[in-house]
Amino acid sequence: MSRVLKAALASCCFLVAASAAIAQEKLKIGATATLAGALTSGGEDGVRGLQIALKQAGNKIAGREVELIIAPTDASPDSALRAARKLVEQDRVQIIVGPLSGSEGIALRDYSKTVPNVTIINGSSGALEATYVNPSPNFFRFNSDGAMWMAGLGEYVLKDKGYKKIAVIAEDYSFPYTQVMGFALGYCRAGGQIVQRQWVPLGTKDFGSVIANLPDDVDAVFLGLGGGDAVNFLNQYSQTGGKAKFIGGSIMVDQTVLSSRGAAKRLLVGTPSSGGVADAWDSPKWKEWVKLYQESFPADKRFASPSLFATNYYNAFNAMKTALEQVGGDLSDGGGKFRAALAKVELDAPNGKIRLDDNRQAIATTFITEVAELPNGELTNKFVRTVPDVTQTLGLSPEAFKAVGLPSRTNPECKPTS
Amino acid sequence: MSSFVARRPLASLLILIAGALFLWLVFAVWTPGMEAAFGRKRVFLSALFNGITLGALYFLVASGFTLIFGLMRNVNLAHGSLYLLGGYLGFSVGSATGSWVAALLASFVVVALAGILMQVLLFRWMEGQDLRQTLVTIGLSIVLADLLLWGYGGDTFQVETPAWLSGPVQLPFAVALRSNGEAVMMTYPALRLAIFLGAVVVGVLMWLALNRTRVGMLVRAGVDDRDMLSATGVRVQLVFVMVFAFGAGLAGLAGVVGGTFQSLQPGEDTKILLSSLVVVIVGGMGSIPGAAVGALIVGLAEQFGSVYMPTYAVMLTFLIMVAVLAVRPQGLAAVRR
Amino acid sequence: MAVGTSPAPLGLTDPRTGDAAGAIARLGVSFWVFSAVLILMPLIASPFWLVQIFAYAAILGMIALSLMFLAGYGGIVSLVQMTVAGLAGYLVAILGDSAITQISLTWPWWVAVPIAILIATLFGTISGALSVRTEGIYTIMITLAIASAFYYLTLQNYTIFNGFSGFNGIVPPRFLGVDWRGTNAFYYLALGCAALAYWAVVYVSRAPFGLALQGTRDNPRRMAALGFNVAAHRIAAYSFASVIAAVAGVLLVWFQGQMSPGTAGVGPVVDILIIAVVGGLGRPIGPFIGALVYVLLRTFSLDALEAIGLDGKRFQLVIGLGFLLIVLFSPGGLIGIYERLRERHRRSQDTRAATMNAAGRGP
Repeated sequence: MSRVLKAALASCCFLVAASAAIAQEKLKIGATATLAGALTSGGEDGVRGLQIALKQAGNKIAGREVELIIAPTDASPDSALRAARKLVEQDRVQIIVGPLSGSEGIALRDYSKTVPNVTIINGSSGALEATYVNPSPNFFRFNSDGAMWMAGLGEYVLKDKGYKKIAVIAEDYSFPYTQVMGFALGYCRAGGQIVQRQWVPLGTKDFGSVIANLPDDVDAVFLGLGGGDAVNFLNQYSQTGGKAKFIGGSIMVDQTVLSSRGAAKRLLVGTPSSGGVADAWDSPKWKEWVKLYQESFPADKRFASPSLFATNYYNAFNAMKTALEQVGGDLSDGGGKFRAALAKVELDAPNGKIRLDDNRQAIATTFITEVAELPNGELTNKFVRTVPDVTQTLGLSPEAFKAVGLPSRTNPECKPTS
Repeated sequence: MSSFVARRPLASLLILIAGALFLWLVFAVWTPGMEAAFGRKRVFLSALFNGITLGALYFLVASGFTLIFGLMRNVNLAHGSLYLLGGYLGFSVGSATGSWVAALLASFVVVALAGILMQVLLFRWMEGQDLRQTLVTIGLSIVLADLLLWGYGGDTFQVETPAWLSGPVQLPFAVALRSNGEAVMMTYPALRLAIFLGAVVVGVLMWLALNRTRVGMLVRAGVDDRDMLSATGVRVQLVFVMVFAFGAGLAGLAGVVGGTFQSLQPGEDTKILLSSLVVVIVGGMGSIPGAAVGALIVGLAEQFGSVYMPTYAVMLTFLIMVAVLAVRPQGLAAVRR
Repeated sequence: MAVGTSPAPLGLTDPRTGDAAGAIARLGVSFWVFSAVLILMPLIASPFWLVQIFAYAAILGMIALSLMFLAGYGGIVSLVQMTVAGLAGYLVAILGDSAITQISLTWPWWVAVPIAILIATLFGTISGALSVRTEGIYTIMITLAIASAFYYLTLQNYTIFNGFSGFNGIVPPRFLGVDWRGTNAFYYLALGCAALAYWAVVYVSRAPFGLALQGTRDNPRRMAALGFNVAAHRIAAYSFASVIAAVAGVLLVWFQGQMSPGTAGVGPVVDILIIAVVGGLGRPIGPFIGALVYVLLRTFSLDALEAIGLDGKRFQLVIGLGFLLIVLFSPGGLIGIYERLRERHRRSQDTRAATMNAAGRGP
């Protein structure tokens, strides 16, 4: 029985390989997205973003029909590498859109150096290092990194909300370090104080003692958690009857938490946060994108509004399309002309204007938001304000930013500067 | 008890002193010097209680696991999947009926039925083939995990806490003194206390059932010598099915409990399975008191670890396991054979 | 049961299926044809197939082979083999060169690699020593717990293992005038190591040590009564298996170019068991067949499932069901299926011959 299945699978493999060989003149575009593991729902939304962009382009770029080949990953760098190698070596693509998550981005940055004729346009990964440390000439990123998503939030919570002393609870890996860094640089410079940082292992289920360990005299708690950890924290915090105010990291208030099933998420109402998109922004370009997204898929096959992942993949595809059309779809020189054009693309994206810096890293808009309850009981991110033209150095000079060092459990320190 | 004191006077004295010191730590108002050494008393006490209540959850899961293992030598690596299945079912039933108790009961019954199916359809036909049974449970856990992901998606679920269990209650322990000399009493989540009491009740009932009933006697006999039991003409298959059903049902029940004070999502099955593994390895495989001791140790280690050495909190439980394996490989509470 | 050479892991294989020496002899022509195809593979296969499919399968196959050795000849199902490989890979990154310059010691490869293999072997041996004190099926639980302990350690420790991010920028060295990064070179390196490991396992299984080990599997009490130190034999088996897994780990890190906690997480640890079981724990070739099937499925599952009109996302379900079917209906794995088919074929020939003889003799 299973032997028959295996034989069938094997023959299918060869069929796929064969059919790939026939369609020579098609423009092959590879994409990687997390379609297994914890970030599956994000990966699926990223793919939706690609499909919408492809459909909008009429399946054609510069007159050539596009064949989109998606390679799944499970958010681990090994799997991203395997997926990229399969796309390049087996499917012979010259452009890859992806990956989705932080450490995958770093893995593909390094991989891109070994294949100089392949152009990698980041899907949605947000690790600072991917374009800041040892940047690669053929790795482009049209979205902000984790620190840039926090730009302006520190000043906002200090001045507008009056949170003068805060504690931090965040997951113990690079993305939350980066987010806390982006937050702390602005917050501490403006005079705020971080009195405690608790780093909890990824996948922590019981926050009981972490909650008890919070100081009594802080104005708010910065939460750099995501997914199940975020829900566990909120749930157990509500059981202790605590009344603290929160500040949310970008993934603390995304739809995976806001649409979780249960009552705990209600604690988030009123929580300020910031990120690369704001669900309820009233710019016409954004509204148009939301409408397009909602019309492209039935309600049970998508999120209520496009996630960061869908938006970033959509933007990455459109940047690629723009540059490809400028060079007439010509990749015969190993993509050199294409990359030169891509570096100059200025995208009028749904989530604000995007251009690239010298490291091929986006200079883009950050959105400050606040969680609010809709009349139907669902939670959404209310738009507060935009922070336009955020650079990777967060407004510091490159030297000053370099002096801060890379984010870690203790870096940056929070010295109140007077 | 008295014979132990007579045999090991020194050890008894040390245990007594440690116990008294511990009680004093819990009830006394801490001096600033102690606060400097151990941190604030509230933090210490919370870690203690949280450790015990977390241990209660682990006990619920691990006792079924260890019972099945002890009787049938079946390492049920799908036990975590049964936990997750129970949790999701509890969520569905809870949100449909609005009753938490109904969710608990429904999960227990349905997952117990699933356990019966597993035993009757699969494991019965490969008795004595330990490895093959284990491999089947691995296959089942992969299939179940994907089916649950298919059915419930990747979102995080949380079973609604009933109103009578939500919020904190006050405990009779002073954690600090106000400037006017009035003691600040400790508050603690009611739900966690309820879970602890529930686990104690389940534990006591299990002990009674094992030690005071005929079926319990059969089960104990089976754990000690399965071949001998079947040789005496007992319908051993029936005992197996009952134990498997009960163990699986407990996992389902624990899923609802865990889904109420923690949350449910894909991957939770592996995490809870690993915790159960460590619990039964530390406590002793096949032993219910062992599961209780192991669950308590693992729960306390996780909670104290998360406060006093957050970076390596996860490692602490595994270090304890390795230490136990090195010193007493059969587990702390297992009977030497 | 007498001490025999037949690998019969915990009743997984039919004990009637002959002995290993016979198997080698019977391989005969097909064995040489098979070898020739593997050696000439670079002439027909694309670089992608060479490295991403065959070399990767050879590496995973070696790790699964180390499990097969323990399970098939020693009756010990250890889930720690992937962890041994992972540790060796990590050590190559830590002692050798990587992009994480603040940790990597940049020792030359001919120092880093032997030390990595040595330490990983030591780790495997100690894990073995911890778990052989308990018996049989406990081992699977204890080794799974040790494997997850290692995973959490690498995830949380930044000073040595660089935590969540791990290491990247690790490249195979250049030696004997060959750049082992090259497609053909790496293919032959992986193939050579796999062949060596295969040969070593076959050899050891027939050496006195291997025979004694199989004795401890079949009847530990009798072996102890005969004066064999059962625990020492089992620990030695762990050491031997760990060497194979450690070498595979070095190849793995060169293959991936990077190392992170997920490489030896709980998923991959269980995958190695699945590979070994699907291939067949009865013969040393089984793990390699399992690895090839696994790599093909992982690489082409999405395309293949969608090509036959199924949802590509249900890949795990297919793997799980396939694994269940194998365990339930062919405990010998794919090799077992092959052998049963051949057995049936031969038996039907025998019967035909017998009936013909009978008919010829006449009344």
